[in-house]
Amino acid sequence: MSQRQILQVFEQYQKARTQFVQTVADLATRPQNSETLQNAGVMSLLRPLLLDAVPTIQQTAALALGRLANYNDDLAEAVVKGDILPQLVYSLAEQNRFYKKAAAFVLRAVAKHSPELAQAVVDCGAVDALVISLEEFDPGVKEAAAWAIGNIARHNGQLSQAVVDAGVVPLLVLCIQEPEIALKRVAASALSDIAKHSPELAQTVVDTGAIAHLAQMILNPDAKLKRQVFSALGQIAKHSVDVAEMVVEAEIFPAALVCLKDPDEYVRKNVATLIREITKHTPELSQMIVNVGGVAAVIDYLGDSKGNVRLPGIMMLGYVAAHSENLAMAVIVSKGVPQLAICLEEEQEDHVKAAIAWAFGQIGRHTPEHAKVVAVANVFPKLLNLYLDTESSEDLQVKAKKGLKSILQKCTYLPALEPLLYEAPSNILKHVICQFSKVLPHDSKARRLFVTSGGLKKVQEIKAEPGSAIQEYINAINNCYPEEIVRYYSPGYSETLLERIEKYQPT
Amino acid sequence: MMARLVKLYRQVDLIKEQHFIRNRIAEENRQKENEAAVRIQSWFRGCQVRAYIRHLHKNAILIQKTWRGFTARALFRQRVKTAYFIMKMNFYNKMAVKIQQRWRGFYVRKYVHNYYARKRYLEGLTRKNEHIRRDLEKFAEFQRRERKRIALEKEEQEKKIQAQRLHFLLSTKQCPGVFNSPFRAEPDEMELRLRTVKPLLVRSAPKERKTPNITPDLSSVMPNRERLPPIHKKTQGPFRPALEVQQQRYRPLEPSLRVATSITALEEAREELKLHEWRTRVIDQTFLPFSNPSRNKRYEGLMHTSTPFEQVAYGTKHFRDEHKELLQGKKQALPSASSAIARKYLLRNEINKRALLLTPLMYAWLILDVATPFRSAF
Repeated sequence: MSQRQILQVFEQYQKARTQFVQTVADLATRPQNSETLQNAGVMSLLRPLLLDAVPTIQQTAALALGRLANYNDDLAEAVVKGDILPQLVYSLAEQNRFYKKAAAFVLRAVAKHSPELAQAVVDCGAVDALVISLEEFDPGVKEAAAWAIGNIARHNGQLSQAVVDAGVVPLLVLCIQEPEIALKRVAASALSDIAKHSPELAQTVVDTGAIAHLAQMILNPDAKLKRQVFSALGQIAKHSVDVAEMVVEAEIFPAALVCLKDPDEYVRKNVATLIREITKHTPELSQMIVNVGGVAAVIDYLGDSKGNVRLPGIMMLGYVAAHSENLAMAVIVSKGVPQLAICLEEEQEDHVKAAIAWAFGQIGRHTPEHAKVVAVANVFPKLLNLYLDTESSEDLQVKAKKGLKSILQKCTYLPALEPLLYEAPSNILKHVICQFSKVLPHDSKARRLFVTSGGLKKVQEIKAEPGSAIQEYINAINNCYPEEIVRYYSPGYSETLLERIEKYQPT
Repeated sequence: MMARLVKLYRQVDLIKEQHFIRNRIAEENRQKENEAAVRIQSWFRGCQVRAYIRHLHKNAILIQKTWRGFTARALFRQRVKTAYFIMKMNFYNKMAVKIQQRWRGFYVRKYVHNYYARKRYLEGLTRKNEHIRRDLEKFAEFQRRERKRIALEKEEQEKKIQAQRLHFLLSTKQCPGVFNSPFRAEPDEMELRLRTVKPLLVRSAPKERKTPNITPDLSSVMPNRERLPPIHKKTQGPFRPALEVQQQRYRPLEPSLRVATSITALEEAREELKLHEWRTRVIDQTFLPFSNPSRNKRYEGLMHTSTPFEQVAYGTKHFRDEHKELLQGKKQALPSASSAIARKYLLRNEINKRALLLTPLMYAWLILDVATPFRSAF
């Protein structure tokens, strides 16, 4: 045999390997293939190829592995159990940038699934290797490493702390300042994942000066970057008043409101979340948001959005209104109540409805004036329906009831209360009648209306236990009227009249 | 005296008797008398003690009533004092509340919950809200327009590229193009566009470049070669080291395996490998790759639909054409005149030579394969 023929063998073997790895990598792009591939024993075949002599094969093998692990946590577990991670971590430090990218991709795919898998990745010492990759010149490598770090940190505080202890945060902040949009995006996302767990972690992120850099990017034209930036700011601001104030001090405010009009709905949602996280801390912060016109912007945003995206906006209105009577008035003045009523009409999901009911309760519970505005928006029947609907979730029922109760206890707007007399169950009726008993003694017109609209008759028909609170309220109402009128409207009065006719002897 | 004594002496016995009698009587009555005496004494003593206790009680009551009266009067005075004090305090408190409420009302109305200030604030807020709403609306409108403009530009660009590609459809003076129908009043929009754009330069498709395996060969590098003066004054960019560049530029010709080997070497080697593979094969079932499993699957007929006794198509084929391999032995003996048969014969000899290595099945297949082109000749 000639030398050519010998070389031929090697060439063919290499070609076959390349082709195999590439085919597997191609097949792995489809999630439905993953099971077949796993059953065919792809893991044990790919593992030696990670240490192949040809760099292309190594990279492609890592890529295939990453794709497989990406779809399925079983396969990710198989990667962990197959002791592939140490090889990857080892080569992450050694190899060229393409390989680093592929290896970081595998780590990211493995760490994505569960805290245990992420812990396994951390245990292999991957974090340190990833930190070194973050210092790489190539933005692609940095991006892959930042992404992997984000996926590790996302699961819980411990993992996040482990990542922070490796000194990742300053490097991520440096990555944010890079010109590449994709890198910025991933770094912001990783910061968001780190900051979300505890106030200490958020403080760590703040201490590296991340807020100023994040704040600079809020008007970036790239929508996905904006999503991550606002998410990061929201996650930082949610923990304590101090950090929330620092976020506000970065002067994001009139500018961030512009993003509530963004075409991308996740940007809008994240901005609303950020505003919510800031307003929930103190009345002062809420006041600040109100003063820059944040409430009006959020109310407009509620009009523009649909479904789950509305939720942070609704909660923000609730938080603002909860702080003080003045702020609740500000929500009302900004036409928040009609918008919320429209949302209540349109939304289908229980948790959104529950949030709306809660927000209404917060708005209406301060003074009769507030309660009247809510009542005029025709909210009572809807809340009552939600409370009585058997298909509503338990949480929704509780929230609807609480909201209704807190508004009713302040409401003196009788036309809105009247329908409730006929429909409400006794535990709601109690509050309705209580309000009537408070208002009627002082308002003659209302007394008259109460009789003509049949309210008094309805009240007489209520069967209350003597001595109960509701009976006392009924007595208080009855005391506002002459006795014969009360008797006239009592059930069974016609029979007593007929009896009197029978007993009457004409002289 | 004596007489008396005598009398006494005479009476001694009587006296003695009397003494005993009396003693006896006394003894008989002692118990009774004693009891009576005790009864009498107890009664008396009882009376005495009761009288004493009554006396003591009377005195005690006297003392107690005096003391109690004294303390009660003191307490009452105290009570009256406190009641008066409380009344006073209530009055003062009421008055204080009156003063405080006036003051607080005044203060709060003036400084804290200033109704007018609140009204002003809410009005200001409404104005601010309207302002913000307008601004945001304006901004959104601006953004929307910007997006629309970008989309339009993109579309325009695409149309332009399309026109550049289709530039050859431009109509000439003699011959109207497809976009310039003579049956229409005015030419198509595309025609106008074609007129404005310049045609795309036709470039041949980029050739595939094979990335060569660079084996550093230091002997071929020319170390001392005079350098040309730089074109630009300013040096540009970080360049790779000169040595490396030189090395790459004057790399010796390394023909690929394909160029270096003879033109049929691959086929020969393949043949050789095939035979080798055939010899050393362990499993007859071929390995099918996992990609496109549906395409690679061979159709296997059901057992009950296939039969070894196939029906011979009537009239179309000569029976000798069927199952030629079974007739092989007879055919070989036949003398043949035509040149085609002669060629076939030659081929078969070659096959026989190879067949030393082959299984009978393979042999049959080979023969069949060789025979097919000649079927039409029969």
